[in-house]
Amino acid sequence: MTPPAVDLRLLVPELVVTATAVAVMLAGLFLPAGRQHLLRWLAAVGTLAALGTTLTAGADPTPAFAGMYVRDALTRVIQATALLAVLLAQWLSGEYVERTGLEAGEYYALMLVAALGAMLMAASSDLIMLFLGLETLSIPLYVLAAFARTDLRSQEAGLKYFLLGAFGTAFFLYGIALLFGATGSTGYRALAEHARTPAVIFQAGLALLTIGLAFKAAVVPFHFWAPDVYEGAPLPATAYMSVIAKVGAFAAFLRVYVVALAAQAGEWSTLLAAISVLTMIVGNVAALRQTSIKRLLAYSSIAHAGFILTGVVAGTPSGASAVAFYLLAYTFMTLGAFAVVLMLHRRGEEADQIADLTGVAWRAPALGGAMALFMVSLAGLPPTAGFLAKFYVFTAALDAGQIGVVVTGVLTSVVSAYYYLRVAYTMFTGQPHEDVGFAGGRWVTAALVTASAGVVVLGIFPGRVISFVQQVGQAMR
Amino acid sequence: MVLEVIVALPLAGWLINGLAGGRLPRGVVGAIGCGTVGAACAASVMAAGDPAVAGGGLTATLFTWLSAGEFTVSAGLFMDRLSALMALVVTGVGFLIHVYSIGYMADDPAYARYFAYLNLFVASMLLLVLGGNLLVLFVGWELVGLCSYLLIGFWFDRERAASSGRKAFIVNRIGDAGFLLGILLLATTAGNLQFDRLAAASGGMAPGLLTAATLLLFAGATGKSAQLPLYVWLPDAMEGPTPVSALIHAATMVTAGVYMIARLHPLFLHAGYTLSVVAAVGAVTAFFAATVALVEWDLKRVLAYSTISQLGYMFLAMGVVMMPAGMFHLTTHAFFKALLFLAAGSVMHAMRGVVDMRRLGGLAGPMRWTAAGFAVGGLALAGVPPFAGFFSKDLILEGAFEWAQRGGAMLVWIAGLATAFVTAVYVTRAMMLTFAGPAADPGHPHEAPAVMGLPMAVLAALSFGGGLLGARVAGEPLLRYLEPFFVDSAIGVLKDRPMPAAGVITALPVAVSLAGILAGFALYRDRREVTLGALGRFLSHQWYIETLYDAVIVTPAKRLAHLLADVVETRGIDGAVNGVGALVGRAGLAVRGLQTGFVRNYAAAILAGTILMLGYWLFR
Repeated sequence: MTPPAVDLRLLVPELVVTATAVAVMLAGLFLPAGRQHLLRWLAAVGTLAALGTTLTAGADPTPAFAGMYVRDALTRVIQATALLAVLLAQWLSGEYVERTGLEAGEYYALMLVAALGAMLMAASSDLIMLFLGLETLSIPLYVLAAFARTDLRSQEAGLKYFLLGAFGTAFFLYGIALLFGATGSTGYRALAEHARTPAVIFQAGLALLTIGLAFKAAVVPFHFWAPDVYEGAPLPATAYMSVIAKVGAFAAFLRVYVVALAAQAGEWSTLLAAISVLTMIVGNVAALRQTSIKRLLAYSSIAHAGFILTGVVAGTPSGASAVAFYLLAYTFMTLGAFAVVLMLHRRGEEADQIADLTGVAWRAPALGGAMALFMVSLAGLPPTAGFLAKFYVFTAALDAGQIGVVVTGVLTSVVSAYYYLRVAYTMFTGQPHEDVGFAGGRWVTAALVTASAGVVVLGIFPGRVISFVQQVGQAMR
Repeated sequence: MVLEVIVALPLAGWLINGLAGGRLPRGVVGAIGCGTVGAACAASVMAAGDPAVAGGGLTATLFTWLSAGEFTVSAGLFMDRLSALMALVVTGVGFLIHVYSIGYMADDPAYARYFAYLNLFVASMLLLVLGGNLLVLFVGWELVGLCSYLLIGFWFDRERAASSGRKAFIVNRIGDAGFLLGILLLATTAGNLQFDRLAAASGGMAPGLLTAATLLLFAGATGKSAQLPLYVWLPDAMEGPTPVSALIHAATMVTAGVYMIARLHPLFLHAGYTLSVVAAVGAVTAFFAATVALVEWDLKRVLAYSTISQLGYMFLAMGVVMMPAGMFHLTTHAFFKALLFLAAGSVMHAMRGVVDMRRLGGLAGPMRWTAAGFAVGGLALAGVPPFAGFFSKDLILEGAFEWAQRGGAMLVWIAGLATAFVTAVYVTRAMMLTFAGPAADPGHPHEAPAVMGLPMAVLAALSFGGGLLGARVAGEPLLRYLEPFFVDSAIGVLKDRPMPAAGVITALPVAVSLAGILAGFALYRDRREVTLGALGRFLSHQWYIETLYDAVIVTPAKRLAHLLADVVETRGIDGAVNGVGALVGRAGLAVRGLQTGFVRNYAAAILAGTILMLGYWLFR
């Protein structure tokens, strides 16, 4: 037996991220208190370098580590999205972290490690690899949720996330065990082979695996943790986890369902369609009555998970491309919305109530305009990124004959317009609260500008991005 | 090139007024606002003169917007005869209303914001009518909705304006959901959204599918064009500034649904019974809205219901395959309804915002010109020859009669005729209550300034003479102009249109209109308040339609949201955990409390989900 080849060259993006995480953490330890802002530069440069290596890495399917890991077009597109998310989230966090006296070095390092987890999930071609990625993604997020150690709400969020996350992980792991029992292997290829004549144990394993992923993606009925955790975690951490957890979870959905089990789409598409329908309804309807922006965006993220899932339900290459496009659009518009909230404070605290936004647009028209743009995009109105994202997933699902899912999707988008527009509307009406002030800085502004540009470009000039994400589908044909 | 310029001009106006308008003097803001639209109008005239428009159409492809495999959509503009007509109406009437706004909004503190929104609206509307494919049309469609929402809620410090704006937006979103589903359905079956490709593909598509797609598109039209069952937002939209009502909620945006059907008429013609549905909805809406206009006291709301009713006529025309007549009525209606709204605005301007007709009256003396303008618009609306509305409405009724003879329902024609009568009554009532009799208010109303009077004068001339565009004596220039566009659809109703079987068919609508005016005079002379008893109550509650919606849709929806957000999500599951937040200061206890919360509630939900999922996979 020869030891498996160590193909480190393929892992360059992951290695750069890891190195950056370590470097940032160590630098955070040694830099004096007054110079901690240098960490931002270090993290940004490292992330950009990783992004560059990801984009220049080849997209021909190249398996490595004895078939545990694969670098292909899906890997590349999802990894780029994850890196973009972590980059924007770093920019969002900069001023907040320093203002509230959080440990900047650890904070950035944790964010980077979480991104590494999502990247590994995207590149997995084996359930063990997927599990490693999932845990590498999740554990830093538990810590980030509890990162404001002196804040009881943050503690509660972290603990809650951790306990429920562990619960989800247990399901996931038990699913892997059953699948291993059924197939004698943990590779995706074995899954595909055994799926043709599935044993009961195989199906039970798949169900448990799905529950674990549904947990991480926060889809109904495994979403209950999300609003509580989002509300309690520090604002920039909420922003980041709402994006990166989705990127990782949907990368896994694509790997398991659309790649490995593509031939058996009839077997699982009904179940995922039901979950998707339920998620869109519950997420959008429950969002209607929220008064906290964090909770609103939590339900919004649940609802969007339902929309994204429609692309997985399609089970086709074009569905996979649509999911990739949606994740990118979702990254821009969600992080953008959080950036707007991060630019405000209420007596030094987070301005996390919708009422805090009252009339802000008249004091800062650009901020109001940006928020209106993100809300319009989240609501899925043209000509923004959110519209095209929905258009793509819905067309893919309709092509696959999932009429009920598409009808639910379009109708619940109507419902979503109501609560999103209420936020934008609040910004443009009434007298601003005296307690609410601006907490912006150069970094969060950069994130805001980038996110706005992303939403507009993806909505109006999406040509290049589309041909980029289409590699995902083309690789599957 | 010229097409891009048409859209770009008002867009530039929006950018300048939106970004820098607050720092510019009012004169400059107004000049930019009006000038860009005026220039767009001139450019539209130039473009319409291009020989390509009469041929295959003038196209301008900006870039490939999106492509997925075979399926590509370009961001392209397109002008054929139909688009040319729409662009001219939008920019022409739009320009007049912009000029009027200079006077009307002169004292408003948010002058620049107003013109910025108005310019954005014109640009969006032009995108809608000049869009080269269904998706670009949809972008315009959504953007005009957004502008409408912004302008209805323009005075958002008034609670009613704010809630009306939201209502308009939500109701439109419901229709738009249908529209989007229709687009998705066409995109996946036809594989293309280019208008000419769609038309070519429509012959080969499954009739059932085509019927579904066109009905979904029509659902969007009932939202945007305020037809039953989605009309409810338009009367409330009158909370916006009156020139906005004239431009968006009478002359242009609300006609988008009619334009859409005309644009996609090959699909509708191939789609089995969709057109019958369109005819029926149009006829019922026309009659329904006219009867409600009969009992409204708010002058602007009378005009709003009148608009709904007249849009019903246009859909009726589309439904009975008298499409050129529908476009003709769209054009004349834009003239006379804009005129009526501007005259009503002039009244409001003079009376410091009063629109309740019970508090108006006797304005014919002090406001002679406004009264004359309103009278011209009213006569055109009532369909009295030789005013513009007569010719277009007459042609529609003629088409409905022929349609009935070809096997359609005679009821559609009868409803159209009945509507003509009611229309004449309510417009007479509005005229009498507002302008006749003794002055109800002891204020000193004054005639509008010239900047408001001149646009009204131009519109009055068009409302008077606009009928020549489709009058048989004048050679029906507009109908002939549109004929090549509609001819490929084998309508052919124009070319060898038989003279109506009896002169009665033509004479009847005129007689009905005159009878309605006489009835109006008889009923409302001396500004009497006519109570129609139980019928009046029924009408003033809009046939109890909104009451029904509240009971059947709105209240249950609110309950569901409450149930999900406050009971299931909060009290049932989160409640136990959130209660812990109250235990601040007793951290040790808090953690214990947390864990009980988990075990009891969260785990229960997870278990339920797990059982469901395992059950699905194992016992399927």
